[in-house]
Amino acid sequence: MDNQNQPLIFERSREGRVAFSLPELDVPEKPLTELVGEAYLRQDEPHFPEVSELELIRHYTALSRRNFGVDNGFYPLGSCTMKYNPKVNEQVARLDGLTKIHPYQDEQTVQGALELLYRLQENLQEITGMDAVTLQPAAGAHGEWTGLMIIRAYHESRADFKRTKVIVPDTAHGTNPASAAVAGFEAVTVKSNENGLVDLDDLRRVADETTAALMLTNPNTLGLFETQIQDIAEIIHEAGGKVYYDGANMNAIMGVTRPGDMGYDVVHLNLHKTFTGPHGGGGPGSGPVGVKADLASFLPKPLIMKRENGSFGLDFDRPQSIGRVKAFYGNFGINVRAYAYIRTMGGKGLFQVSKDAVLNANYMLKRLSGYFETPFKQLCKHEFVLSGSRQKKLGVRTLDMAKRLLDFGYYPPTIYFPLLVDEALMIEPTETESKETLDAFIDHLIEIAKEAESAPEKVQEAPHQTVIGRLDETRAARHPVLRYVKE
Amino acid sequence: MSEFRYLPLTEKDRHDMLDVIGINSDEALFADVPEKIRFKGELNLESKLSEPELIRFFSALAKKNASTTEYASFLGAGVYDHYIPSVVDSVISRGEFYTAYTPYQAEVSQGELQAIFEFQTLICELTGMEAANSSMYDGSTALAEAALLSNGVTRNKKVIVSESVHPEYREVLATYAHGRGLDVVTVPMKDGATDLEALEAATDDATSCVIVQYPNFFGQIEPMNEIEQIVHRVKRAHLIVSSNPLSLGLLTPPGRFKADIVIGDCQPLGISESFGGPHCGYFAVAKKLIRKVPGRLVGETVDEKGQRGYVLTLQAREQHIRREKATSNICSNQALNALASSVAMTAFGKKGIRELAKQNIQKAHYAAEQFQKSGIKIVTNQAFFNEFVIDCGRPVSEVNHELFAQGIIGGYDLSKSYEGYTNKMLVAVTEMRSKNEIDQFVKALGGISVG
Repeated sequence: MDNQNQPLIFERSREGRVAFSLPELDVPEKPLTELVGEAYLRQDEPHFPEVSELELIRHYTALSRRNFGVDNGFYPLGSCTMKYNPKVNEQVARLDGLTKIHPYQDEQTVQGALELLYRLQENLQEITGMDAVTLQPAAGAHGEWTGLMIIRAYHESRADFKRTKVIVPDTAHGTNPASAAVAGFEAVTVKSNENGLVDLDDLRRVADETTAALMLTNPNTLGLFETQIQDIAEIIHEAGGKVYYDGANMNAIMGVTRPGDMGYDVVHLNLHKTFTGPHGGGGPGSGPVGVKADLASFLPKPLIMKRENGSFGLDFDRPQSIGRVKAFYGNFGINVRAYAYIRTMGGKGLFQVSKDAVLNANYMLKRLSGYFETPFKQLCKHEFVLSGSRQKKLGVRTLDMAKRLLDFGYYPPTIYFPLLVDEALMIEPTETESKETLDAFIDHLIEIAKEAESAPEKVQEAPHQTVIGRLDETRAARHPVLRYVKE
Repeated sequence: MSEFRYLPLTEKDRHDMLDVIGINSDEALFADVPEKIRFKGELNLESKLSEPELIRFFSALAKKNASTTEYASFLGAGVYDHYIPSVVDSVISRGEFYTAYTPYQAEVSQGELQAIFEFQTLICELTGMEAANSSMYDGSTALAEAALLSNGVTRNKKVIVSESVHPEYREVLATYAHGRGLDVVTVPMKDGATDLEALEAATDDATSCVIVQYPNFFGQIEPMNEIEQIVHRVKRAHLIVSSNPLSLGLLTPPGRFKADIVIGDCQPLGISESFGGPHCGYFAVAKKLIRKVPGRLVGETVDEKGQRGYVLTLQAREQHIRREKATSNICSNQALNALASSVAMTAFGKKGIRELAKQNIQKAHYAAEQFQKSGIKIVTNQAFFNEFVIDCGRPVSEVNHELFAQGIIGGYDLSKSYEGYTNKMLVAVTEMRSKNEIDQFVKALGGISVG
């Protein structure tokens, strides 16, 4: 990585430089004051940088060298499925016929785009075991909220207005309770048992006539399969609620089992996790939602449909729909990439993906289990959670070990999540990593565990090799500086 | 030989790894999945394609679409055909950016963090606001989240929105409002802009916020001074403004009109139309609302040695810390598109952003003048940016069909969203349209509209 201190683009600016090229205005120019009232004409110029094209490229290239992606190295960030992002997906997603098209063009002029979306819908229905799919939600959390709004509409359609609560496990991703709140529900927690699974007695206690839904990933956020999922679904269904599948962990089960077969009513997928949409430094993602037949009429509109004459269209005639959740038809460009991935792998390939993802995780768990506390003894699925509690007693925190991993050229695992596990380290290798990569990482993590005993300060003071040291987050929050201001 | 190029494990690897785990088949890895719910057989998906086949297949799908490379487009209504400097794709194609995730580990994410910090600054500069977040899904969800923010602060449930706000944005607002139990009141238009008398009548002590679009859905410039006075006459009410960021290169920024929240979509700045997404919502606020902002914020700080660096900050607002008490449920946003917009804004620079906005306004006015000269009625009678309304005298869908045969993608059919707008077309003219294309469009439409 680049060790030079990196100026802001504004600090590189010199008056008069440009990095754009527009044709000369070829229509007669009128005084702006004639076109727009004086009060509406901007008096000051925005302080945009003035740089040449090469300076621009050097700036962003330098920034890129201070950033770490899957292309740089192993990125075992638990719950995020940081798998390889295929290059051919980028190539096809950039075709003019897929990027330079407007959402309001006549349907007949965008048949290829509609066909692609329709085909993707069909494939996702098969993968999830659901009856209908919308591609409109822009990301996972957006899908969660969409799914909950569908469930709300379902209960309301039955004049069942007492269902105000959504049950989430104590291990749930933070978006679950947050999405419940945005959808106007109260989030209620169900406890996990000593095996890291939903405590059925506690679930029976909290499930009642006020339950709108249960949100549950499977495998759950500890990377463990909820073996009693059918009983869980039955408890919720008997209480009159719906069961929601958070698809964050779909990478573990493709072709093994399907949410639709486990008893789930609604599912969202993270196409930017399981289906190789690039994470983009934090998006754009895509969060399609699938539902069982009894909920299909509530899906957002429009849906993509195939007409009897074989053409494709947008179906707006959906009177029970929850409405729109986003302008236009979703993050089309990400859906294109996901479809390219599905067509590259096929059914057999996706099954192999899940088998290899689970194999990689269990292999790592086994090899690391002698050096770290493992809170749960059963096999894991695509990810697993270690506890740094042993190292904590030596004064080395999980945060320190994560920072030490940076020195060895890795992006660290997810840390301090799920909250249930003390000093948690959540590791998700994905199927696209080789055994050599896993072995090297394991060896380094074991080395760090040994350092925690022999030279703890080396870990506590990490990182040593990065362009910058640990940053003062308290200062950032106490005196927020959120933009550059010229001195 | 492996069948799948993204899967590196060899049969020997798999065998050795199973040995280490102490099981004898990959079946045993799934012993915890009850037999009753095991999927039998192979997923019935479309057949798999090799790389050359895949490219051919996608190219064929792409060819079934009429792209703005081949057709002169006068379609806008929230999504526009604009110049995207080639440096944009060059930068966002770097694996260090597009294969990374949210910059949780700041020491190896300084590039992304700094780029977002620069994005936040550029948005503040354009909108005249004091802080901006790292992006939202799009303009429509940014608008809905602005209303939720306002409700969270004022505790009032009444959200007033002008009918001249993008119809789809209002639909998204309605969906969000239903979940939160907010009451959305739509104020009608008069002469293509918010009816000020109706706005004044609707705005009262129960009002949480008033949402207007500037320039509005019809391209018209709303009377911001008058609107601001009406809104802020109510003690706590917020003025929320949805703006095409490109227009702000030339127009007085909403911050100058004392807007409390400014939102919109960065698509016109470096992001392709992409059939409606992914685009990139922006979200900017006045200082007093910084700690209520949804989503991620990047702040400047220092490391132990005093070196300047950037971190995700004020995270106590966010879902991963606050769970159900978070200001929003947003997690992934549109970071890569925010980067694309940043690169475009940087490429345009101080001179380019103004030149671009100027060309849009000049070309749109030239087009309107030519229509008028050729006898086509211009419905818009107030100042506008790069869009205006014409009367085709015939259903717009028919007109567009005939225009398409002449290589032109016509404007937006307003009868789809507005009563009383039969035969009215919303025409967008960007810097991408040459004088020649505009003249041809006017001529073609003249031939079609008169019948």
